[in-house]
Amino acid sequence: MKEIVIDPITRLEGHGKITIFLNDEGNVENAYLQVPELRGFERFCEGRRAEDLPIITTRICGVCPVAHHMAGAKACDAAFNVEPTETAKKLRELEYCGYYIYDHILHFYFLGAPDFVVGPDAPPAKRNILGVIEKAGLEIGKEVIKHRAYGQKITEIIGGKATHPVSALPGGIAKFLSEEERQEIEKMVRSCVEFAKFSLKLFDDIVLKNVDYVNLIKSEPYTLKTYYMGTVDKDNKVNFYDGDVRVVGPEGREFVKFAPSEYLDIIEEHVEPWTYVKLPYLKKIGWKGLVAGPNSGVYRVGPLGRLNAAEGMATPIAQKEYDRMYKILGGKPVHATLAFHWARLIELMYATERALELVTDKEITSKNIRNRPGKPSEGVGIVEAARGTLIHHYILDDKALAKKVNLIVATTHNAPGICMSIKNAAKGLIHNGKVSDGLLNRVEMAFRAYDPCFACATHFAIGEMPLKVEIYDDEKRLLKTIRG
Amino acid sequence: MGKEKLKFAFYWAASCGGCEIAVLDINEKILDVVAKADIVFWPVAMDIKYKDVEAMPDKHIDVCFFNGAIRTEEQEHLAKLLRKKSKVLVAFGSCACDGCVVGLANLWDKKTVFERAYFETPSTKNPKSVTPKTSFKVKEGELELPEFYDTVKTLAQTVDVDYFLSGCPPPISLIIQAVGAIFNNELPPKGSVLMPNKSVCDECPREKKDRKLSEIKRIYEIEDDFKTCFWDQGVVCMGPATRAGCDAQCLSANIPCTGCGGPGPLVTDQGAAAISALASIATSPEVINQAVDPIGTFYKYSLANSILRRKVMK
Repeated sequence: MKEIVIDPITRLEGHGKITIFLNDEGNVENAYLQVPELRGFERFCEGRRAEDLPIITTRICGVCPVAHHMAGAKACDAAFNVEPTETAKKLRELEYCGYYIYDHILHFYFLGAPDFVVGPDAPPAKRNILGVIEKAGLEIGKEVIKHRAYGQKITEIIGGKATHPVSALPGGIAKFLSEEERQEIEKMVRSCVEFAKFSLKLFDDIVLKNVDYVNLIKSEPYTLKTYYMGTVDKDNKVNFYDGDVRVVGPEGREFVKFAPSEYLDIIEEHVEPWTYVKLPYLKKIGWKGLVAGPNSGVYRVGPLGRLNAAEGMATPIAQKEYDRMYKILGGKPVHATLAFHWARLIELMYATERALELVTDKEITSKNIRNRPGKPSEGVGIVEAARGTLIHHYILDDKALAKKVNLIVATTHNAPGICMSIKNAAKGLIHNGKVSDGLLNRVEMAFRAYDPCFACATHFAIGEMPLKVEIYDDEKRLLKTIRG
Repeated sequence: MGKEKLKFAFYWAASCGGCEIAVLDINEKILDVVAKADIVFWPVAMDIKYKDVEAMPDKHIDVCFFNGAIRTEEQEHLAKLLRKKSKVLVAFGSCACDGCVVGLANLWDKKTVFERAYFETPSTKNPKSVTPKTSFKVKEGELELPEFYDTVKTLAQTVDVDYFLSGCPPPISLIIQAVGAIFNNELPPKGSVLMPNKSVCDECPREKKDRKLSEIKRIYEIEDDFKTCFWDQGVVCMGPATRAGCDAQCLSANIPCTGCGGPGPLVTDQGAAAISALASIATSPEVINQAVDPIGTFYKYSLANSILRRKVMK
């Protein structure tokens, strides 16, 4: 049996590793995504002051700290039995939109765009943000950098710091927004709305007008029929910050809709000895292994998961784009993994439109930003991180110290789906022991669509993973090495 | 340092990626860096492998910025390797300098961390008590994972370190300053902290009053007046024990300092310094006992680098 190891940064440097095994005929037998990292937050959060949890947990990820800060703050609200004031909720959501703006811009332009703008078969040296700038023009590159910085600036103004924000407290937020700051944010947001429109047009011009790309998106190796999960508002529209969590089946029908406090009835996690990450599944269906379809409990989260799990977008331009995506890709749900990129842009549109609603809201500069927490008990906070549903569950003692903490992070939900997508992509490119040279990028594309968080800083820097594929024969002798 | 371009290296060990983002957040200044220095190793961004580093002559790298704590065998190996290959090694960020919040895992060990993650958490279903293994045979072959240590260590507990730049993440202005000092050959004596010689209090906009502490309150229990020192309002703030350089950003957002800048000037043990600050203003011994979770409050970022270091292993 042959073994192919795709090691993002080498095995030793640990941020995700893919191993593909071939069977005796030289075809793909199985693919494993290994996460070689564990830092033990669920243990060392025990004993901490409740108000420290939204600050400590941001250190889970330096790229999406805002998501952990908000999930933590909401778990604290629930645990202290306090509803934040309307202004506090709006400020938190505005900060959250800022986070989506920087994160989605980053990942589309630095990560997704190289595959489409430069082309999936372009040489790896060109498949990065510099290649995008070369093809699309320096002006666009400057706009990308400017608007990403705007998103970060918005989170910094409200959160105190962009990386590792601090301002959310149980029952609200510590800092009110001055009129001066409001105007500064409004100016940035208006520019972001236009930039989101531009990004969708760019996607239209470069991807959707190219039949080959549309066929690639719809192709079998990139299709995976699973359940989908995402947070929705009372009208079943996508919501990043608050709401119930809705799950739809592979045929698109609602499977379940639950309040955050009910998550343990819906989700269970399976442990495998070959990875530090746990593998979640829908409890009612059960863990059936790494298989897709209605009889497997595997579900997917993130931009496409959210759009599939919802019935639309709550803002007008995003709604129009939502309808258009489903029309072009043949109705709901869309199982095409590469459509994650398109869904990400539709969400960017929504984040900017929603931010504009919030920043022009009369209540946003009110100083009524905190309600008094009640007695400490137990609470669950759920938000939609850019990469998917994020769950924080705190049990507090009577001194408001954490007794128990449980966390299910976005990339964890997608771990089973990523394994299968990699397997499918590899299957299409490995036949009878012959490994196509395109393998590297096609496998990359399959898991890059999910924007897996253990690798996100890698994507950030250069827009592609420095992957290495090693092919071993039965006796583990190295036959061939392909480098990105 | 002559006209030849300097050789820089960046490495990340057990960290969250925030330090990498901080480096990129110097934005257009990164172009100046690239103009004056060659980046010879940056696993996050470049396909230069660890064996390529091994092949470099000793002291080949001029400056290596190392972020993240040490908690696996491989991270320890890389720290030693990069020490050997670098003229100057900088501990970059709270994890490398002080262990950061990840160092709080030193209150437990590998076994108890695993028990929580893989057995006890209420969403986990694990009837056969499976835990990840460093080497495991699946039906198709063998899969390997790196070993997880019992104890989190700082970089300086692992190898000799030349400079320290803490913060979670390090403030952008200090990164720019440090890089400037390297280019102009103006680095201070070995062992220096590349941060201002003052505490967060010196940068804090809040007014200090009489600072008599008769009762400790939690931040969510007070009605903040947005201008008085938190200690004067009864809330624990790590400002007096913490190194400045952040412009007291958290305090500007009305949140007390939590201590990410590491020990202040002339402070060896950040937690002890904060407790001593508390004791000096408490009106009675009972007040000190009101401070809940002293480890998490006073040693949030520095337990691994403190005189306590970890819970005694049985």
